[in-house]
Amino acid sequence: MKDMIRKATSHVNQNEGLIFEKSSPGKAAWKLPPLDVPDVDTAKLLGSAERKSLGHMPEVSEIEIIRHFTRLSTWNYAIDLGMYPLGSCTMKYNPRVNEVVSRLDGLANGHPYQPEKISQGALRIIKTLSECLIEITGMDAITLQPAAGAHGELTGLLLVRAYLQSRGHPRKKILIPDSAHGTNPATAATAGYAVEHLKSNAQGMVDIAALAAQMNEDVAALMLTNPNTLGVFEQEIAKIAEIMHAKGGLLYMDGANMNALVGKVRPGDFGDDVMHLNLHKTFSTPHGGGGPGSGPVAVKKMLEPFLPKPVLITKSDGTLGFDYNRPQSVGRVRAFYGNFGMFVRALAYTLANGPDGLRQTTEDAVLNANYIRKGLDGTYDLPYPTPSMHEVVFSDKLQAKKGVRTMDIAKRLIDYGFHPYTTAFPLIVPGALMIEPTESESKEEMDLFIGAMRSIAEEVEEDPEMVLAAPHTTRVSRLDEVAAARKPVLRWKPA
Amino acid sequence: MRYLPKSPADREAILKAIGARSIDDLFAPIPAEYRLNRDLKVPRQMAESEIVDWFRERSRENGDGYATFLGAGAYYHYRPVIIDSLISRGEFLTAYTPYQAEISQGTLQSIFEFQSMICELTGMEVANASMYDGSTAAVEAVMMAARLTGRRSVVTARSVHPEYREVLATYALHQGMPLAEAGFSSSGRVNLKELEQKITDQTACVLIQSPNFFGTIEDVAATAEIAHKHGAMLVVSIAEAVSLGIVEPPRQADIIAMEAQSFGVPLGFGGPYCGVIATREKNVRQMPGRLVGQTVDRNGKRGFVLTLATREQHIRREKATSNICTNQALIALMANIFMTIYGKVGLRELAKQNLAKAAYAAQQFGKHGQVLFSAAARFNEFVIQTSEDPYAINNRLLGHKIVGGFPLKKFYPELGNAALWCCTEMTSRSSIDTVAGLLAESERSVKSSKETDVEEVTR
Repeated sequence: MKDMIRKATSHVNQNEGLIFEKSSPGKAAWKLPPLDVPDVDTAKLLGSAERKSLGHMPEVSEIEIIRHFTRLSTWNYAIDLGMYPLGSCTMKYNPRVNEVVSRLDGLANGHPYQPEKISQGALRIIKTLSECLIEITGMDAITLQPAAGAHGELTGLLLVRAYLQSRGHPRKKILIPDSAHGTNPATAATAGYAVEHLKSNAQGMVDIAALAAQMNEDVAALMLTNPNTLGVFEQEIAKIAEIMHAKGGLLYMDGANMNALVGKVRPGDFGDDVMHLNLHKTFSTPHGGGGPGSGPVAVKKMLEPFLPKPVLITKSDGTLGFDYNRPQSVGRVRAFYGNFGMFVRALAYTLANGPDGLRQTTEDAVLNANYIRKGLDGTYDLPYPTPSMHEVVFSDKLQAKKGVRTMDIAKRLIDYGFHPYTTAFPLIVPGALMIEPTESESKEEMDLFIGAMRSIAEEVEEDPEMVLAAPHTTRVSRLDEVAAARKPVLRWKPA
Repeated sequence: MRYLPKSPADREAILKAIGARSIDDLFAPIPAEYRLNRDLKVPRQMAESEIVDWFRERSRENGDGYATFLGAGAYYHYRPVIIDSLISRGEFLTAYTPYQAEISQGTLQSIFEFQSMICELTGMEVANASMYDGSTAAVEAVMMAARLTGRRSVVTARSVHPEYREVLATYALHQGMPLAEAGFSSSGRVNLKELEQKITDQTACVLIQSPNFFGTIEDVAATAEIAHKHGAMLVVSIAEAVSLGIVEPPRQADIIAMEAQSFGVPLGFGGPYCGVIATREKNVRQMPGRLVGQTVDRNGKRGFVLTLATREQHIRREKATSNICTNQALIALMANIFMTIYGKVGLRELAKQNLAKAAYAAQQFGKHGQVLFSAAARFNEFVIQTSEDPYAINNRLLGHKIVGGFPLKKFYPELGNAALWCCTEMTSRSSIDTVAGLLAESERSVKSSKETDVEEVTR
């Protein structure tokens, strides 16, 4: 099937050891200016607190560092190289103007404690982004303090807890659908709540009868991802909100999949009380190999008094400032004000789009997922026929007959020049292939992807062993993860 | 929209292939009454040049061109240019979590090197791939100590960053973890006597910071001895990572929670920064966050993978060690490159310049104010008590394009007019001398107004 691999070709890449293996005494990549104050006697100043040795820290030159990290970088796949259809991760284009504006001197070098009167630029950015996000979500207030999605979830549940506490009792449980991301139950536990799982119905949606049966005065909130992790919009959302509210509970929305909704529908309009956004998903800030993220939390009016402090306000003289006097606040969830650099990028993205661009983006994201679905339906098993929004979930049921599982197909996809989709998630689909193309893919790139996936399905029939041994074109073949966990080697040590 | 790679004809072709009449068909699952039938009220679509102009204006309004004496958990150090050259490579910038190891070896090996260097610098045996920041890392370290000891309460030094303590209070409240605090002595270090009194048989750990919020280096050995005597762990937070170049690391700690912002990460008005947790090997299975380990592929070739994932939320769900998922990989890469650039010799020299600048400034400022906590060694921060309100002094300094020290009364009202000043290798002698001059003026004017008052009273 090798002639089917149209996107990728093999090319030479460089070997590179660990940086420690290039080190030798006397090499240096640094130069300090002459000291313009009197030199000091470190022994006298520090006494026994003086450090004697920096161990095995490396000593290398600048060109070696450039080559080291450049070589390492060529071993990575990235959005800049091609389609990266990791479901629920929203791997969209990361605009370069975002990077430029976040590095402007006043923004990059602004100290979080500098006086407010010389911080008006940063505060204006926070305010403008806040206003945009409130409008996009249809909520009433927002905090940008949480550092990532899971941190936003925690903040959201702390708000729920504080609100319910103010009305008498924080309650005991959080309801979480069995299709949820693992952070949801982990977050509920961190917020001091017990987790109760909610089974999905045959369409992959919340089972309304089950919800009604499980909802009672012990339940603080339902954490719902909408569209859910199958990429399915919860059509009974009004009913869901009604059931929660009737018994005094709240509806928390995990905004991981907001890329399916921006400009088309607002969670605040369909009964959501509190939600987080992932600026590194929906709002294009770079994933950077696993962070930084940013997880703003938007809320309805009744939760506003409990937002983490400080809260941005417009003062009587028209300037912006922080209000620390928030007696009902849940407190702080992070030092300073959050991942400000990500606010700059997310706002640059929003300004580059405007209302028309944001809507077109959402439409294209949904259009792309449905194109992939159409192209692969039949070749791969589609466990839930419910309409897809921004992502589509297949299963490996057809290929499993030949002993080939979702992870094997994923590894073979690497040979075709693509990053794999999300494997084995959501848990309600055994052997899941969760595919989210985002709006950033052209028709040509998607045609290549569909062609690759169909070709792999043929390979599974003709030569399953070859697929099981994939990838065949990478620097390293499949790595021994069991050995890595059994006898962990977590750092370099001199031989 | 310039980021979208489809022509109107492509969209039509795709709709046709799907069998949809219009894009609205695809949004039919959303109940009609909730669909938004208007434009979002956000600013109109802007050209790239307009976006750059808008942010340039905001940058100018944001302290651009000021020298700063602020530290207090966020430090202004020089960032060698190759950090941004390298992290801007799309293969680092636009990759995600290295779940697919075969095409993520670049990220994985760099994290492995990061973990290794953090171990070298902290004297610990293992370090994770990063946490959100120093404050949340400290809190996660405390919760880790609670799991390891099976105890619930925490004793925190008041010389730990006040905002770190606020974050701990937020988390602890809902974890059912009672908190106690121990004050500081005249040396600025934690009051060990009070600390010991606060420890009970339910104390999971003692949390200190070193250098602490006042810039003072804590007596880690003595603190560890007290904690360990009572079966509690010692968690040490490090907010100024450059101190590790010349200050002995807290090797007696059980867990170290660091903020690595000083290692090449821009101040960025408070974030994103880079937390990290380091500990002993025996504690690793209770450690939160991602970890990279070395292994081999099918041909015996060295490679790296995410490992010990059974601690994490995507496997363990509500029984995970933490709910953390995304960490700060790109920021950890900045720190990694910074540590590689300065290395074994440069990091010490860099730290020594910080030490010298702060020593000179403390000496100059001390002529016109009182240096507090001078009995204990410090790194690049010090506390000066002035007769005049530090906010008033800082206001005048702004006129000289200088941002003065951090007034401590916001968090420590008992310290009156004390302010926390920081000097790094970026602080010039001339700005130190300018501040010293203004402090002298401040001292004179307060003295003369007092004399006037006295005269008036006598009259």
